[in-house]
Amino acid sequence: MANRAQIPTKSSALIAMIADEDTVVGFLLAGVGNVDIRRKTNYLIVDSKTTVKQIEDAFKEFTTREDIAIVLISQYVANMIRFLVDSYNKPVPAILEIPSKDHPYDPAHDSVLSRVKYLFSTESVASGRR
Amino acid sequence: MGDIMKTSSFALTEAKYVAGDNIKHVVLENVREASLKVRSRQENVAGVKLPKFEYTNDGEVNKNDLTGLARGGQQVQQCRAAYIKAIEVLVELASLQTSFLTLDEAIKTTNRRVNALENVVKPRLENTISYIKGELDELEREDFFRLKKIQGYKKREIEKQMQSAKLFVEEQVAEKLALQRGISLNNAQNILSATAQKDEDIIF
Repeated sequence: MANRAQIPTKSSALIAMIADEDTVVGFLLAGVGNVDIRRKTNYLIVDSKTTVKQIEDAFKEFTTREDIAIVLISQYVANMIRFLVDSYNKPVPAILEIPSKDHPYDPAHDSVLSRVKYLFSTESVASGRR
Repeated sequence: MGDIMKTSSFALTEAKYVAGDNIKHVVLENVREASLKVRSRQENVAGVKLPKFEYTNDGEVNKNDLTGLARGGQQVQQCRAAYIKAIEVLVELASLQTSFLTLDEAIKTTNRRVNALENVVKPRLENTISYIKGELDELEREDFFRLKKIQGYKKREIEKQMQSAKLFVEEQVAEKLALQRGISLNNAQNILSATAQKDEDIIF
């Protein structure tokens, strides 16, 4: 068990967001937004003008930042960078796909569920969630 | 989770409708420090360290108090409450997801270990055991064989000794005869041995 990944026990970790404008505004209203001294934010608003590269960069940055524990990403945005999301296998930060207003939640595309199905077939998916 | 998100989106739309579209910009401008953070702990379940997220409200309410002053203040508050609830659910979901993935990996490692033990270590040990058993049996057989041989030798030794003892006794008798009749030892022995055969010189 020597190669177990280090799971940090932090007392304050942020929630990052990559979603469309309305969702992000809602969450910012609730108070998850954070801008640090270097004007780096923990959210990215995705609209029709955002390029895939920008989304990729933001995703990579959020997953490598040490103080982010959860990354919320809209499902249709996740579909755009599906390969990145699927190849990500660190336990922290946790990647969570959320539905957006126009795209209801589709469990068939959720990277975690589909990966579990691919890796393990039978039991986990049936017994797991939903 | 989908339901909660729907409710919160709905609340947001309501707030937007009531307070005008500008709350977006106000909110975006007003982002300073996150007042909602997550704490991550490690829980040890059956020997596996699982991460668990806890949601903490750091107390200071954001400076969004100016948001609803123009109009729709209550709606904005409701919207905020709805989103906070959504965040709680999402944090729990995230925590479950990570535990899930960690357990998955743990299961895989354990499986690999089991396979290795079953297919590699066990046969080797069994081979060693059977080899040792074979050697012990062989040694035992050797010992047994040696024992038998020694018994055989001993028996032959005893027989030889008995024969030589018999010869000795016969010689003694011959000596006695010689002494009694005054003839040489040789003749005595001849007499002894000739009692079985007929001598030509003796007529009757």
